[in-house]
Formats: sequence, C-alpha cells, structure tokens
Amino acid sequence: MTDSTESPDLQRRNGLRRLKEGTYGGLFAACAAITLLTTVAIFVTLLSDAVVFFQEIPISEFLTGTSWSPNPSGGGQAFGVVPLLIGTIVVTITAAFVSLPTGTLTAIYLSEYATSNARSILKPLLEILAGIPTVVYGYFALVYVTPALEATLFPEIGTFNALSASIMVGIMTIPMVSSISEDAMSAVPDELRQAGYGLGATKFEVSTGIVVPASISGIASSYILAVSRAIGETMIVVVAMGAQARMPAVREAAFGVPFINPADVLLESGMTITVAMVQIAGGDLTGGTIPYDSMFALGLALFAVTLVMNVISDIIAERYREEY
Amino acid sequence: MSNTSSDTTGDESLITTEVETGSTQRTPARTAVAARDLNVYYGDEQAIDDVTIEIPEKRVTALIGPSGCGKSTFLRCINRMNDMIEVCRVEGDVEFGGKNVYDDDVDPVALRRKIGMVFQKPNPFPKSIRDNVAYGLKIQGYDGDVDERVEESLKAAALYEEVKDQLDSSGLDLSGGQQQRLCIARAIAPDPEVVLMDEPTSALDPVAASKIEDLIDDLAEQYTVIIVTHNMQQAARISDRTAVFLTGGRLVEYDDTPKIFEDPEEQRVEDYITGKFG
Repeated sequence: MTDSTESPDLQRRNGLRRLKEGTYGGLFAACAAITLLTTVAIFVTLLSDAVVFFQEIPISEFLTGTSWSPNPSGGGQAFGVVPLLIGTIVVTITAAFVSLPTGTLTAIYLSEYATSNARSILKPLLEILAGIPTVVYGYFALVYVTPALEATLFPEIGTFNALSASIMVGIMTIPMVSSISEDAMSAVPDELRQAGYGLGATKFEVSTGIVVPASISGIASSYILAVSRAIGETMIVVVAMGAQARMPAVREAAFGVPFINPADVLLESGMTITVAMVQIAGGDLTGGTIPYDSMFALGLALFAVTLVMNVISDIIAERYREEY
Repeated sequence: MSNTSSDTTGDESLITTEVETGSTQRTPARTAVAARDLNVYYGDEQAIDDVTIEIPEKRVTALIGPSGCGKSTFLRCINRMNDMIEVCRVEGDVEFGGKNVYDDDVDPVALRRKIGMVFQKPNPFPKSIRDNVAYGLKIQGYDGDVDERVEESLKAAALYEEVKDQLDSSGLDLSGGQQQRLCIARAIAPDPEVVLMDEPTSALDPVAASKIEDLIDDLAEQYTVIIVTHNMQQAARISDRTAVFLTGGRLVEYDDTPKIFEDPEEQRVEDYITGKFG
C-alpha cells in the first residue's frame, strides 16, 4: 500500500473536535450576551424605578425645578434636577476645555514629532496618569489646586469649588484623549505623510492638514470617551466640589435670554447628578421612599445626557470624516 | 567612476538622442540635477557608493537596477526625503540649479517645493480631487486662480476629461491608474522644475501603466523627469538617458538610453539588461 495512490483523508471529524469548537463558540457568545444583558437590565431597572418616582413627582417638576433637597428633615423636600444638571454640564465642559486640546496636542506630538525614544518613555507615563485612583485626584484638587487658584487668579474662590474639580477631571481624562487619538494618528498610512512632505509641507502642515483630518473619527471617539467619563466622574467631584445643590443666579442677557454666568458656578461649591446619587445611596434611606426612587430618575437623566453627547459627537465626526 | 561614458558631457550625447528618439525640437540641455562623490549610509550599511552623475534638464532620465541597488535612495537624496530617516547619513554634493542641496542654508521644505515627487503606490489624500491637486498650491500660498491651476494640472496629467464632473468627490474613489495620475497632477500643480518618480507604475495594471508612460513623455516637455523603474522595457521606451545602478549602490553605467540597451560598455550591464542576473 503506497501513500500516493490513496485518496486524501477528508473525512469529517466527529466527537471531540466538534464538541470543542461548539463549546468555544458558545463560550464567546455567552460573554457577549452577559454584556448585552447587563446593559439591558440596567436600563430596565432605571426605567421601571424612575416610573415609580415620576408617579409621585411630576416629570415637569423634576425637569424644571430649581431646587434639589431630597431629605425630608428640615424644610420642604424638592426634586428639581436643574441645579444638578447645571453642575454636571459646567464640570463636563470645563473639563473638556482642559482635556480635549491638551490631549489632542499631546497626541500630535507623540505621533508626529516625538522621536521613537521619547515616545517609548512618554506613552507609558501618560498611561500611568490613567491608573491613578480618582480619589487621589480629588484630594489633589482640594489640597493643591484650590489654594493655588486662590493665591493667583481667583482670591474669592470657595474651599469647595467646581473649578478645581473640573480641572482635575480634565487632567484625569487627558490620557484617554491622547492615547486613543495617538493610536488613530499612528494608523494613518505613512504614504500620506510622504506625499505631503514631497510637496514641501512642513511638519506642522502635515500634522494638521493631513494626519488629523485622516484620523478624525478616532479622535472623535476619544473625545466621546473622555467627555462621557467626565460626565460620570464622581469621586473627584465629591471631594473637591463640596455637595451643595446650589442654583446659580439666572441673569438676563440681551433680548431677555436667560443666562448663567459660569463664574457663579465655577468658583462656588456645587453638586452634579452623580454626587446627588452618591449622597442618596450613602444615606440611610430605605427602599420605597421617594428620595430612594429619585436616584433612578437621576440615573436616567445622566443616561440621557451621555446619549445626547454621543449622538452629537457622532454627527460631528461623520461630517469631517476622511476615510483612507 | 568605473566607466568613461558617464564622464562625457550631457550636451554632446543628447544630440544623438534627439536623432534616435525622433524628438526633433529639443535643444541641448543644461544640467538640472547633479551628484558629486555622493555616498549615502543607513547606519553602517552603504546604500550609495561614490556616485557622480549629471542629469539633463527637460529630459526623462531613468534609474534602473536590481532591488537594493540604491536607485530609490538616490532619488530621495535629490529632494532630501531621506532626511526623515533617522539613521540615514549623506556625504558629498547633490546640486540642484548649481546649489548643493545639503548645504546648511538650504531649507528642505523650500527644496521640495521646487521638486515634485510621485510615489510607487498611488497615495492621494483622503480629500476631494480638487483639494488633492490644490494642496501644494495651498501650502505654498499660491496667489493665482487655484481652480484654474487645478484644471490645468489635471489636463496636464491627462485626467481632466475623466473627472471634470466629480472634482468634489474623494480622490480615493478613483481607480488605481487614475489615482496615480491624480498624484502626478498634484505633484506638478505647484509648477516644480523637477519631477521625481519612484516606480510610478509598478502597482498598476498594464493599461494604466501605459497611460502613465505616455504622460511622462509629455511631462518632459516642461519638466525634468527622473524615474526609478524596475521595468527595463519601460526605461527603454520612455527615457532619454539611463543610469544603471548595480549592487552596492554603485553607478555602473550612465549614457543615452539606446546606447545602454543596444551596446553597453560594461559586461555587467549587458548581463543585467539581458536578464542574466538581477
């Protein structure tokens, strides 16, 4: 019997190998399903408990109320989300002013300007920044940033204030922006840079006119991530911003448009949606009370804010996308 | 130099070229680009070994040779694209318009604005066709009518008729051959003096490649074209002068193209051209 005349063995294997293949597939699918189920479960819980809350407190009162004091003791209860929303939005925007430009420019430096040696040192260092526990950032804001701001720019700043919290949230999210943006920029094919340099473009022109536009969708996703992280950040804000749900003075700008001076919010203590939730969850409230249920309404509001941000970023990224 | 023909002046030999290639209206050319005693190293490895060459203005000069012979490296010395490779070291002179481009007072950015480059793989920017061609004009602060110059460049690159109705669509929507002609349009839009081409047809199908070849012939009316190619038939078809690089970055023979292909001085060149090695 010679091998050459024998037909090749193409027999389908039964038994162990097929069983293993099936098991692997099932395992991977199960992991994917867990993520999906958790997301759905969270959303359903938020929604169902929020519905209970909205049966007690009308949704219009929740959305337009300018006072937040969930504790029944001393004075009236009030469940107006506006001051919390203002706190959240101001912290997020201020943090974005810190993290998006710094992170993007850092990414351009790392991807286009840094030598491979500098990059191999700087990238891991930046990623360490992402590993610092947020409570440390919070204390850093309280103990160093606030006194520094008081001594220099804003002598009237409060001990607990939104500005130093926002700055620290911004710094915390720089590595997200720089790391993901840098990955996107490094993925731009070198041929495009060569084409630019061949036409007599400077490094700056190649970076800003070719590399950044070509990697804009990656840069936008880094922004989405950083901003979502800033919206949800709790610990820094609890420690450095105090926990007073204050409604800033609403002034009137031209044509009677209501307007809030950001300085009124930034230099004073305040509360974000996340902090309000922590306060309720950390208190000794029992289930089934209105304050307890309000947590879920707040969660839903936070979810809505994040969703809106994501959609806006997606639209912007789509508009400036340059596929290579 | 290892051969005598490369030392003859460009002028004399080009007169013969005119007769042989049938291009009747060409006057003897001045030297556009010259290298003198050029040595290039990548770290410890020598990529160009003592090359001296004079490349005539408004002619097509082909650089041929086996892989790794240094022809692309030589091309990239002319517009200092090698500057971006950290380990690359250049000794000797590369003259452009009589000026050594490696002098301390030469800005490589300014140099590259005078010397266009077309690469092996078509590399249009992920921008519209119009913005691709206008890119060089934009960064160089062109003060004329940009749209008009874009149209002229696309016409010169024999692409205008195919894309005139879709100037705002992405350059990447074009076929490979069209993309390469777009890159040529982009390179010539700022009106450089020299156009360097690094194997511009090697990633294209034969039909697209032959369109580029026709185009190169037209370009030489206005520009000095220096083309690196792996394809010896292509060098024979389109170039006026041919430089043969062989292993080790040595320029072995440099002469009029018909002479190189019909009666080379060097046995090694003949062996290479007839396919005995390389």
